[in-house]
Amino acid sequence: MSVDSSPIQPTKPVAGRRSLFDKVLFVHLAALAILFLAQFVLSDYHHLTLARVMVLASFAVGYNILFGYTGLLSLGHAMFFAAGLYGAGLAATQLSFGASEAFLAGIFAGLVLSTLIGMIVLRTSGVSFMIVTMMFAQAGYLMSLYFGEFTRGDEGFVLQGDIRTAHLFGLSFDLTSPDVRYNIALALLAVCVLVCLALVRSPIGRILIAIRENEERARMLGYDTYRNKLFALVVSGTISAAAGAAYALLFAYVGATFASIQYSILPLLWVLLGGVGTVLGPILGTLLMFYLVDITSEYTSAYMLAVGVALIALVLFFPKGIIGTLRDKGLKWLP
Amino acid sequence: MDFGPYLFLASLEGLVTAAVLALTALGLSLVFGVMRIVNVAHGEFFMLGAVLAWWFAGLVSGSPAFGFLIALVLSPLVVGAVALLCERTVLKRIDYNPEATIVATIGLLYIIQQLALTFYGPDARPVQAPINFRIVFPWFGWSGYKLVVIGVSILLLLATWFVLTRTRLGLIMRATQYDRETAQAFAIPVDKVYAAVFAIGAMLAATAAVLIVPIQQAHYLMGLDPLLLSFIVVIIGGLGSILGTVVAALIIGLSDGIISVFFSPTLAKILATLLVAFVLVIRPQGLFGATQR
Repeated sequence: MSVDSSPIQPTKPVAGRRSLFDKVLFVHLAALAILFLAQFVLSDYHHLTLARVMVLASFAVGYNILFGYTGLLSLGHAMFFAAGLYGAGLAATQLSFGASEAFLAGIFAGLVLSTLIGMIVLRTSGVSFMIVTMMFAQAGYLMSLYFGEFTRGDEGFVLQGDIRTAHLFGLSFDLTSPDVRYNIALALLAVCVLVCLALVRSPIGRILIAIRENEERARMLGYDTYRNKLFALVVSGTISAAAGAAYALLFAYVGATFASIQYSILPLLWVLLGGVGTVLGPILGTLLMFYLVDITSEYTSAYMLAVGVALIALVLFFPKGIIGTLRDKGLKWLP
Repeated sequence: MDFGPYLFLASLEGLVTAAVLALTALGLSLVFGVMRIVNVAHGEFFMLGAVLAWWFAGLVSGSPAFGFLIALVLSPLVVGAVALLCERTVLKRIDYNPEATIVATIGLLYIIQQLALTFYGPDARPVQAPINFRIVFPWFGWSGYKLVVIGVSILLLLATWFVLTRTRLGLIMRATQYDRETAQAFAIPVDKVYAAVFAIGAMLAATAAVLIVPIQQAHYLMGLDPLLLSFIVVIIGGLGSILGTVVAALIIGLSDGIISVFFSPTLAKILATLLVAFVLVIRPQGLFGATQR
């Protein structure tokens, strides 16, 4: 999409000259603060929806590190989300882990899976990369059905009992309470956003962007593109898994739907809508798309039509998404 | 039943899968070879072919063979027209950019699926087979129609091969595949070739679907499996190679049939996917593909 043509954004203040008032950091913290304050004014329904959106937005932020900043379009991120989901869910039900340990187990599952998968799929590039990631995700989905004895396949399983209380640093959090859920989701999103921001403003982030713009050139300049791409894939996969693990623990449901192809397409759609290669874009995209589907499904069951039309309209008329367009229109400093 | 006849039955079923898969994958491979784009909505053209076959076959009363023949002719034509419309309104406008095309065809996938669900409904519906005889082997009886599926597929594959290698149209298509700019410079209407190839690719998938629909019912979600299997076939066979596509379809179809009979269809698909991973590790360009220039 915008990947080949746009020049590298001259966004960064040179290290050492960064002032106390860091405009970029301020904007992102302000966005998080708005999300924090929103919980005091929203109705119960939107409160719950927004908690869900923030977990899914963390998934989109993770996806964007690979797609938006490294230029690798994966059609298989559902497998990383599902790795976190099942990693946490199965650790809780089969190994009777507590909530915090199950969360870490989910992240660890994503870390291992993305490293292994990355080492295979990065042998391919371009169109083959998309197809191969899609097929690995499908193999993952089929496995979640095949091992139905543990996963209960399509039907899924519900987490209940002790696992609904998280113990951390001597404190207990009741995960069934909407307020606790909202703030944990927000904390997860905040960590993902800040990690992403730090990454794209670091030297490694600039190498990733260089690979996105022209991989041959980056290689010629002496960068090990394979290792950097693998790094981006592992970070992206691990953040996606963290979102999956949080989803399982906060909303207490684990099912094969989350491993299906649909959950590989959705983060792509969210990122495209919000803005490819922007830190806040995925959050905005997830929020808008979630409500678009929510509102259309009130009037008609044809929500897939909304998703399909949105995808086509975006590539035809709006390839840079909302924040990407804003950046072109003058806010050049947005990372 | 002993192991031998059991294996024989599994191989026969595998051959039917392979025949239909070869046609579907050939459509995908042709589109990729000539246009250098991946059509994620390919499976939905397959589904549309099957659903339309049910509709056309229901229009005529009388002998099932007549209804089936009408479906076999009209359904691919309608699907071809739909594909042509998608190509002209969407793909041409994004200039066949590989990534944008994938996103746009995913959009088409959702739209076609939703329209099928809205107008055709969530039920699986059968189409009656045009002929009704059983081949009786010493161990089991087998539907003669499945033999027809294999026969018609082979004929269509040969026809496609003939068109591509022995006719002027095929020459134009191969020239476009080999080098788009030079072809354009030699007054080949590349734009029209693209439109035609996209429609033909969809029509091959639709024909395969009409053939399979008397065995497997028409359903609005039936497109995903052929799509993924076609991807597997096309990657193993090498993108854009007819021979590779047919050989890979045979390998995948037979192994899918045999593993499905002895173990489970889910396991067969998992193994096929992992097979692709290994092929890609050893030969990234596929078994029969040439290295990309």
